[in-house]
Amino acid sequence: MLKLKDVHTYYGNIHALKGINLEVTEGEVISLIGANGAGKSTTLMTTSGIVPAKQGSITFKGQDITHMPSDDIVKLGICQVPEGRRIFPYLTIAENLDMGAFLRNDANEIKKDIEYAYSLFPILAERRNQAGGTLSGGEQQMLAISRALMSRPKVLLLDEPSLGLAPIIVKQIFDIIKKINEDNKTTIFIVEQNANLALKAADRGYVMENGVITISDTGENLLVNEDIKKAYLGM
Amino acid sequence: MRKLNILLGVAIAGIAGFFGIKEIIADPVYFLELVLGGLTRGSIYALIALGYTMVYGIIQLINFAHGEIYMIGAMTALIVASVLGLWGWNSGVIVFLAFAFAILYSCAYGFTVEKIAYKPLRNAPRLSALISAIGMSLFLQNYVMLAQTPEFMPFESLIPDFQFWEPFAHIITAVEMSIIVTTVIVMILLGMLIKFTKIGKAMRATAQDKVMASLVGINVNRVISTTFVVGSATAAIGGVLIACHVGQVNFFIGFLAGIKAFIAAVLGGIGSVPGAVLGSLVLGISESMFTGYFWSEYEDVFAFTILVIILIFRPSGILGKDETSKV
Repeated sequence: MLKLKDVHTYYGNIHALKGINLEVTEGEVISLIGANGAGKSTTLMTTSGIVPAKQGSITFKGQDITHMPSDDIVKLGICQVPEGRRIFPYLTIAENLDMGAFLRNDANEIKKDIEYAYSLFPILAERRNQAGGTLSGGEQQMLAISRALMSRPKVLLLDEPSLGLAPIIVKQIFDIIKKINEDNKTTIFIVEQNANLALKAADRGYVMENGVITISDTGENLLVNEDIKKAYLGM
Repeated sequence: MRKLNILLGVAIAGIAGFFGIKEIIADPVYFLELVLGGLTRGSIYALIALGYTMVYGIIQLINFAHGEIYMIGAMTALIVASVLGLWGWNSGVIVFLAFAFAILYSCAYGFTVEKIAYKPLRNAPRLSALISAIGMSLFLQNYVMLAQTPEFMPFESLIPDFQFWEPFAHIITAVEMSIIVTTVIVMILLGMLIKFTKIGKAMRATAQDKVMASLVGINVNRVISTTFVVGSATAAIGGVLIACHVGQVNFFIGFLAGIKAFIAAVLGGIGSVPGAVLGSLVLGISESMFTGYFWSEYEDVFAFTILVIILIFRPSGILGKDETSKV
């Protein structure tokens, strides 16, 4: 469905992605794990068109999206929850959700989706008129995921959903991610430092080091892989 | 430091108030005239300041060419009104068309200026865009001077002296009243646009986080263009209104008006829309008081002194925001 082929990305002179190949098939949960600075977030930003690739190609359902503007990529159904959540701090929660549905014009369906988001995360419904910046980290992550769902994505890109959150909240978030995958058949691509969690949730996983993908296998196999155990699982 | 500032402010206000009350009691009608004159001034500043503050809010640029957009609005209205007047058209139709063309032309110029002078510098250091803005301002001034004339041209007021306004005309003229009323209507409409419409929310979202705005599918370039167009439209309205009030225009009127509106925007807290309105009214009324009770020759000096004082003591302005976001 989503295919990255020999993708190279630069930040100025820094060669961040050095020929990435990966593929996401419909309905899957895919995890990309790796250390800090390996290029995981860049992979997502390149896919979303924020930092376009210098070389290589990205295709979505056969269509080339390598140099497409970000808003057109969202239109195709690829939506990202970026690292650090990036809630609009001075917009209310309801307005943040409205912005998630920016490209849609079906008011009634949007209303339904907002209700669905509120049913996933009741705390958001309680605070719908509060400014996004006043939420706690966990609540912001919930809002960020809900906001992304408002565009009815075919592929949901999640960047470090566990970052800075209490373990109990992290578990709740990952349960919801599973539920979104099962309920809506949404394909999910998670980037995580928390390898254990990410691989358990995933059908398949990729391991990234210094801008290249070093290993790819099923989630279960990666969990028992000796090298990965040592480097990422702390065993 | 904060407490000291407040204390200082209260002390100054107290002293001014003591002398002020004596003056006010001596001649209350004069005082009322000054307040209303200040409101008129402030309204015009507000119409221009909105453009500064919205553009700053969204791309952190002081658009120094904004005063010229206002001047182009006034110029366009003059040309349209003169031509239609020669043809002997109905005055109501002339008012409508003069405003419509002024808004249309100013919007077109605002839109084009952004595309030519700022968009290519979107990722450049902020100073480059600022210099580009000053260049654009000089270019537009000289272009209008060459295309029209360097002389002042008389501007026949488009707004008639309404019959029903006769009894109040000695305190505030019909033109001044029209300025205040029009401004209030524009402010309400603009407030609703920003608060409730989809494009308004997208403007706020883009101002807060451009990358995230792109990630939810907002076309950031289009939102920035819209912001310039909306700001240009309100500036054009201000331009036509002030031209009616003052009765003459030339290529240079945008400079001082632009700078004053900029001071008002900074006074209110640049980037904040309610701040720009409040700052404009405060500047307008205090300028009016200063010229009315002290020295009218020092009007502009007074405004710039205020700018220096705010920049020293409260650079974020009256309504400047503190960060409330959690990381």
